[in-house]
Amino acid sequence: MSVLLVAEHNNKELKPFTLNAVTAASQMDRDLHAVIIGNNCGDAAKKLSELPLVKKVIQVEAAHYENFVAENFAPVIVKLAESYSHVVCSANTFGKNLMPRIAASLDTSQVSDIIKVISADTFLRPIYAGNAFATVKSKDPKKCITIRPTSFDPCESSGGSAQIEKVEPSDEFNNTKFVKREEIKSDRPELGTARVVVSGGRGMQSGDNFKLITSVADKLNAAIGASRAAVDAGYISNDHQVGQTGKVVVPDLYIAIGISGAIQHLAGMKESKVIVAINKDGEAPIFSVADYGLEADLFEAVPQFIEELNKLNTIQK
Amino acid sequence: MKILVAVKRVIDYNVQIRVKEDNTGVVTENVKMSTNPPDDNAIEEAVKIKESGKASEVIAVSVGEEKAQETVRKALAVGADRGILIKADGILEPLAVSKLLQKIVEKEKPDLVFMGKQAIDDDCNQTGQMLSALLNWPQATFASKIEIKDKKLEVTREIDEGLETIEINIPAIVTCDLRLNEPRYASLPNIMKAKKKPIEQINASDLGVDTSPRIEQIKVEEPPKRKAGIKVKSVAELVQKLKNEAKVI
Repeated sequence: MSVLLVAEHNNKELKPFTLNAVTAASQMDRDLHAVIIGNNCGDAAKKLSELPLVKKVIQVEAAHYENFVAENFAPVIVKLAESYSHVVCSANTFGKNLMPRIAASLDTSQVSDIIKVISADTFLRPIYAGNAFATVKSKDPKKCITIRPTSFDPCESSGGSAQIEKVEPSDEFNNTKFVKREEIKSDRPELGTARVVVSGGRGMQSGDNFKLITSVADKLNAAIGASRAAVDAGYISNDHQVGQTGKVVVPDLYIAIGISGAIQHLAGMKESKVIVAINKDGEAPIFSVADYGLEADLFEAVPQFIEELNKLNTIQK
Repeated sequence: MKILVAVKRVIDYNVQIRVKEDNTGVVTENVKMSTNPPDDNAIEEAVKIKESGKASEVIAVSVGEEKAQETVRKALAVGADRGILIKADGILEPLAVSKLLQKIVEKEKPDLVFMGKQAIDDDCNQTGQMLSALLNWPQATFASKIEIKDKKLEVTREIDEGLETIEINIPAIVTCDLRLNEPRYASLPNIMKAKKKPIEQINASDLGVDTSPRIEQIKVEEPPKRKAGIKVKSVAELVQKLKNEAKVI
């Protein structure tokens, strides 16, 4: 049997995390097919066919697939799943919304958000917001798996030339209508994929003081993050939230400023490669995960930090 | 309009999770339990809709051991009219829970089913979507805003790219994000009143659903610990370390 990967895309291009999902899926079985469902998504389908790990691409197009409504996507994937042992996709909001609808229709108990493929039926997944890791074995004949994209490397993106097979669409689900999508546009790197993330917490004391975070982020070409406390206090909009209920980030450098390090925040950033914490409370839990901790008043330390970064830039130039 | 709200009893979100020494799970004995946080948002939203005159009844349902009755009782204390407890022991996977909830939906015939988007214990994020698949109802997941328009709902969803708005016909399933509303606290008089509200108890085994696990939990372990870092004395030292030691700037 083989693996069916559900590609995530925007009808023009593949979403970057599709490459991470391909890596994960290929570790379950090398016979990997990918399905792309959309509207006028030929370019994205071609990109998918160029991934060397993908052996075949299945393209399904219809106007009602334009906006990725799960109620429209699930029936066509359920039908295709007859020929596969695994159905796989990323555990982001696209896959979280879609996969359980497929799994229930297949009478399969889904394995969510895996971080490691141990064998074709056994996986490692975090539970309790990453405070414990569970090794689980799926006993269902068909497996529905969502993968945590940041736990797998992206696959090679060129050199392949898989055959693209077109499949008839299923009927439209008439009780759900897409209205609009408001994407947050920014010149900065996206929080989920940025190499550097600078985050502020309740210690920032006001939304205005977040300018300090912005200045550091400007210097380092970083994405801006925040703790739930800072979001709840209204200092910054919630799309910046890092943590169990926000985004999980794995940058090379994570700088936590004025963040105490609540369990729910740590769950979203503690896999970062290098963690820096600046906090005036030396007992703050954030220091237990920080590679470099600076116990200091952020309103003194951060301006100095910016100054030092400026000097560094001057030297480099 | 009738709203069914599913609530789950989980380890309180402020409790530091400890893994059992025999690696069979996490310690739940003598640990504070609470309602799964986004389930509180689900109850709050249902009660608000009732208060606005657009719903006639709010029913809280939980699936789990006898003690899950406390979770149902708490929902009654913040405004649900009556409760249902489906009694079942052991590990219940979302697929089993959604099949049990399907039976309750068939019996109670609600117009809407609300629940949290995810439980903070198993972090599965499946039950709402599975229930809507079983019923072939529309699903609005990760809802941060709900507007009722006659026999339709307009729901704003939190997605990775920002916000998405969809329109769904009733009957429908909505899974709630923490940003949907600010759950109220139960007042003492309402806690007293809730004690008199009825909770119907049903044995899962009487509903004709096979709830046996399909996923074998082989072991539960502590996550790998990060190696202890160092404290730097000054900003200058921090910048030097980041540049020369970690080589990340």
